[in-house]
Amino acid sequence: MIRAMVGAMLLLGALGHPAPAQESIVSGLSQNRVSITADFDGSEILVYGAVRRDAPPPKGGPLAVIVTVEGPATPVIVRRKGRVAGIWVNTDEVQIDSAPSFYAVVTTGPLDQILSDTENLRHAITIERVIRAIGITAEADRSGEFILALLRVRTNEDRFRLLEGRVELTDETLFRADVVLPANLTEGTYKIRLFLLRDKKVVALQERLIGVRKVGLERFVYTLAQEQPLIYGLLALVLAAVAGWGASALFRLLRA
Amino acid sequence: MQLYLPIAEVSVSAFLLLGLGGIVGFLSGMFGVGGGFLITPLLFFIGVPPAVAVATGANQVVASSISGVLAQVRRKGVDFQMGGVLLAGGILGSAIGVWVFRLMTAAGQVDLFIQLSYVFFLGLIGAMMLRESLASLWRSRVPGAPVRRSHVHSWAHRLPFKMKFRASGLYISVLPPALVGAVVGFLAAIMGVGGGFIMVPAMIYLLGMPTRVVIGTSLFQIIFVTAFTTVMHAVSSQTVDMLLALLLILGGVVGAQIGTRVGARLKAEQLRVLLSLLVLAVSIRIAVDLLVTPDELYSVTPGILP
Repeated sequence: MIRAMVGAMLLLGALGHPAPAQESIVSGLSQNRVSITADFDGSEILVYGAVRRDAPPPKGGPLAVIVTVEGPATPVIVRRKGRVAGIWVNTDEVQIDSAPSFYAVVTTGPLDQILSDTENLRHAITIERVIRAIGITAEADRSGEFILALLRVRTNEDRFRLLEGRVELTDETLFRADVVLPANLTEGTYKIRLFLLRDKKVVALQERLIGVRKVGLERFVYTLAQEQPLIYGLLALVLAAVAGWGASALFRLLRA
Repeated sequence: MQLYLPIAEVSVSAFLLLGLGGIVGFLSGMFGVGGGFLITPLLFFIGVPPAVAVATGANQVVASSISGVLAQVRRKGVDFQMGGVLLAGGILGSAIGVWVFRLMTAAGQVDLFIQLSYVFFLGLIGAMMLRESLASLWRSRVPGAPVRRSHVHSWAHRLPFKMKFRASGLYISVLPPALVGAVVGFLAAIMGVGGGFIMVPAMIYLLGMPTRVVIGTSLFQIIFVTAFTTVMHAVSSQTVDMLLALLLILGGVVGAQIGTRVGARLKAEQLRVLLSLLVLAVSIRIAVDLLVTPDELYSVTPGILP
């Protein structure tokens, strides 16, 4: 069957129609879920894979790979401080409908050499594109500097990352990328996208998901705080009362 | 050892938190204050979101006040009647404070509001305390200097709804203590502090209470006001981080013990001078932050998921 298709395609190629690049991605992740435990201090995900071809590598530029990891998005408010009566206060703000809490782009080489602006626009690969594609409001549209500020602040917080040349690609076939997730992770589903590119054009793409969840004590405390806030508040008081009473009792014991 | 805080959603060294709790506990044991005015700014500094720092600070003050008040009850240093009146005002003030806190959060001015409250109240109280304690230190050096009268009749004694406060030996209107309580409750909710540093001078100078019952009564009412504040914050904004509070409390317990021992070796006036300098230092530090041009003019606040 496959052989017949390949044969047909070769025939088409011979007839003068350029064959579409027959390359696809086979990939794996080192883990399908990330558990946030009490001693959680960041995590590393290994994204690995291979390029499957039904034919010899097509002619054209060298193969490039881009891996993106995107955390759950929330609306954000970007505020700017200004000087009012001598002190610095928040004066302007812009609401951005949706910005990922984490976003990493890992590539085989410099982005501007492997990705065209058109393809970036179509697939929303760089963080600027992701925010503009999903988070745009009329208000934010006029406020480019607020978006730049969002990018800068989150990049400084290590939430947004661009790691060029950090995907290892062997023989145009095998690739791997290590993505370090920071300690201040937000819970939710993380989307991993893999792109194969040739001549700055995306020739294949694949999407995978990773669940990041608080577990154990973290899960319990968080769920309780969200779903039973009154009981949670009272429990926090009991905790404080027991600790306070215990301290007082211990004091007396040590003094006696 | 890094610890991921479930509500604050940041990973912080557990030893750092124990250490912070310990330092604050040391100071609070030494000076007899809750330490909330120190713990909250310190939590801001290590990257805990301000809303979580304020709510969790209140929770921590509950523990340290309970520990302190038990010791005071044994030496009969608590005026429960006065505490009750202060408390009634305190609950009202705290409810208003939590409401204002929410309004300010929505308006994006909560950080500024907290910072301004800190600068103003800490600066005011610190300066007043420094002046008073230096003056009394001076008096104790100069023999024959006039001694301050312990009980001065003022406008506070001419108001209606008078009540007898036996433990304090006072017969005054309930209005001034209720008002003091309300102001302290309001500040507790906004600043994440117990308000001891405002309550203690107010009780001595405004209400004319004897020093013997001041600290115990102040702690007694602070327990309930901060407890109420903790629950209100937990319910209205889910910002109390139990794990964070637990570590601060554990550190604080040890620190308070050492602090009490050290404090017992110093004179009361010297202690007050040191405390007022500390309060002023915190106030100036925060004021500098407001006045100096920040490195990053922009800030990013995640909104609420729809």
